[in-house]
Amino acid sequence: MSDLDSFRSETRAWLGENCPPSMRLPLEDDEDRCWGGRNWKFKSDDQKRWLERMAARGWTAPTWPKEYGGGGLSRDEAKILREEMRAIGARSPLDSFGIWMLGPALLKYGSEEQKKKYLPEITRGEIRWCQGYSEPNSGSDLASLQTRAEDKGDHFLVNGQKVWTSYADKADWIFCLVRTNPAAKKHEGISFILFDMASPGVSTRPIVLISGKSPFCETFFDDVRVPKENLVGQLNKGWDVAKYLLTHEREMISGIGLSAGRPLGQVAADTVGTEDGTLADPLLRGQIAAFDIDAAAFQLALERVGDLAKAKQAHPAMSSMLKYYGAELNKRRHELLMSAGGSDALEWEGERSRGGDRARSWLRTKANSIEGGTSEVQLNIIAKRLLELPGA
Amino acid sequence: MALVLDEQQAMLQESARNFLADKAPVAHWRKLRDSRDADGFSRDLWKEFAEMGFCGVLVPEEHGGLGLGHVEAGTIMEEIGRNLTPSPFLSSAIVGVSALLRGNGERKSELLPKIAAGDLLMALAVDERAKHGPRQVALAAKRSGNGFALSGTKTFVVDGHVADLLIVAARSAGAPGETDGLTLFLVDPKTKGLEVERTIMVDSHNAARLMFDNVQVDADAVLGEVDGGWPVLESVLNVGRGAVAAELVGCGEEAFGRTVTYLKERKQFGRAIGEFQALQHRAAHLYSEIEITRAAVLKALQQLDQKPDKAEPLVSIAKARAGKTATLAVQEAVQMHGGIGMTDAIDIGLFMKRVRVAEELFGDANFHADRLARLKQY
Ligand SMILES: Cc1cc2nc3c(=O)[nH]c(=O)nc-3n(C[C@H](O)[C@H](O)[C@H](O)COP(=O)(O)OP(=O)(O)OC[C@H]3O[C@@H](n4cnc5c(N)ncnc54)[C@H](O)[C@@H]3O)c2cc1C
Repeated sequence: MSDLDSFRSETRAWLGENCPPSMRLPLEDDEDRCWGGRNWKFKSDDQKRWLERMAARGWTAPTWPKEYGGGGLSRDEAKILREEMRAIGARSPLDSFGIWMLGPALLKYGSEEQKKKYLPEITRGEIRWCQGYSEPNSGSDLASLQTRAEDKGDHFLVNGQKVWTSYADKADWIFCLVRTNPAAKKHEGISFILFDMASPGVSTRPIVLISGKSPFCETFFDDVRVPKENLVGQLNKGWDVAKYLLTHEREMISGIGLSAGRPLGQVAADTVGTEDGTLADPLLRGQIAAFDIDAAAFQLALERVGDLAKAKQAHPAMSSMLKYYGAELNKRRHELLMSAGGSDALEWEGERSRGGDRARSWLRTKANSIEGGTSEVQLNIIAKRLLELPGA
Repeated sequence: MALVLDEQQAMLQESARNFLADKAPVAHWRKLRDSRDADGFSRDLWKEFAEMGFCGVLVPEEHGGLGLGHVEAGTIMEEIGRNLTPSPFLSSAIVGVSALLRGNGERKSELLPKIAAGDLLMALAVDERAKHGPRQVALAAKRSGNGFALSGTKTFVVDGHVADLLIVAARSAGAPGETDGLTLFLVDPKTKGLEVERTIMVDSHNAARLMFDNVQVDADAVLGEVDGGWPVLESVLNVGRGAVAAELVGCGEEAFGRTVTYLKERKQFGRAIGEFQALQHRAAHLYSEIEITRAAVLKALQQLDQKPDKAEPLVSIAKARAGKTATLAVQEAVQMHGGIGMTDAIDIGLFMKRVRVAEELFGDANFHADRLARLKQY
């Protein structure tokens, strides 16, 4: 048996023993996710147990080095772990901006002390992070951001405003882009800093989305003191860190292009019915089949880009291609779900629709092509970096 | 299995790329077209294909071939696509060889070495109507003498005008639409009662219409089982679909590459047209489609090597994606070239013609979407 085969059988056995049965049920809704953090209230003992067991193995961050709380797995091993978890329907033990975004950036740009301090608590789900990038006047043109951090000797003094900060009201710490040199060109005066959301001068105001939910906030900084050692990478070189983190965010978002849940063909069969084994609405059937083809191909493309990365043949901007395509696919999927659902999918409240889940999810997906850089911005990046078109 | 070419496959691709770019660039195709060549392809070039080992890429070593797989054959198809090379490679070296291997033909040891040596050309005759429909085969095979008498017509028989041996799908039982009752025959095109009409297509590649009028064949002309030809036919078609998908990737990518170059060169309003965001975004979208299709095609070819019985859904995904993506690529290519894109003087429009034919061959995107929906039971 090869090493990978034995890793697979050990993993399967361990998951079989340690993943609580209730953690193998599909998520009912977003409330079932585990985000961790200082104020986290576990939804069940099983949720807590599952996080603790996985964290103890380092498997909340499978590929991070063991010394920082990760699992130390190779790409191939991590893929096996994912496959085995999927095979039993295991839920993610921890959803975390720390794992998806900040961690990779710290591993590359953080100091040894920073890695030791922040990474292990991320893997254990003890500290929940939010992302302070966008501002009212700086969205796609992120590098024009104006939030200022003045050098006050032993600390920075931060003043300004962020917006669309997901879960700012629930997060413990923020990774934040600030302007440290207003005189320099816009990309050259930015720094990447970390601070506690409980610091005096930080306040948040939730914003309601069209889905009726309120997962993000306006975030205000009023004379917030941030210790100098919380600077990641070099002063005024924060844009490099920011961009690197964005490639990870994009990879994370592209994963939503993978269809989860019941196959569309079955969902549609419930409402439109079948004739001779095929959907009674032939035009809808054609759209679903075309979608299924694109979704299957996209899944293979994700796999291939991973394999290319391993073979050192991937271009970093390929994450923009995956983010663009995955986001558009997921929007298409939810349009089809609405279309297949007909008037049933329009209900907004009540038990039968599980609180309007179908419609609310549909609306939420519209953000996929905005968050993490809009689709247009991804196309700009592809044009410039992959196709090397002039003036892009 | 990783979705990248291994070292040996990458080497083969490299040698196919160099060989075809050198010996059979688009100019080669133009020469054949403009001289109204009687065969529509170069027999000298075909000899060189054989010397490179390409004709025997799928032929097992004991029969004089390289004994490689569909991924390798796909790398050659992709380069053929890039250069629009007219060649009986698909019909003989891929489809013909697969039919003999899968139909377990008695004549394998006689025929395979000939194909590998470039001495035997084959062609597959399936479709009878304008749209691909292997279940619809109606050409009648009636028992007669010690064999069968074939009557009916076939169309879109790629390379049928030059084939030395035809593989003919015929109905020996049942009714059109049914998969039972099909029989495959190996037929000499010179047999009495068989008329072969060369059909030059929009891409100046060639196919044939075959008219069978009581064509007498012996019992040993049957490839595989009488009435049980469907599984072999399907699996041979799947091989062909995977290969055409690879060709389409080559066509689409080449048309796209030439277009991106043009976007950087052509100036209007005092700047390169590639500076216009309207074109940048369309190019970037097309890039994404091509990359995603590439993954699907490679996966289908790997599956044809590893689990051919389970290749059906992946092959349909690959063929549908490849057809749609290459179609988008050539349409954008012509549009972004403007007026010059419409001329015969530059090659861009030629890719559009080839893609139109390859999209139709062995089932278009709609055919494969329908097939996938059926496999998924909706
Ligand atoms: C659900 C959700 C969660 C989010 N979470 C966070 C978070 O946690 N932290 C955070 O910092 N931010 C977050 N964001 C913000 C997100 O990153 C921004 O919304 C995004 O970058 C776009 O910026 P904007 O909203 O200012 O739009 P704008 O930049 O104003 O864009 C408006 C339109 O113009 C287009 N456009 C802009 N520039 C160009 C160009 N050069 N070429 C072509 N078209 C262009 C855009 O594509 C878009 O269609 C979140 C957003 C959403 C929707």
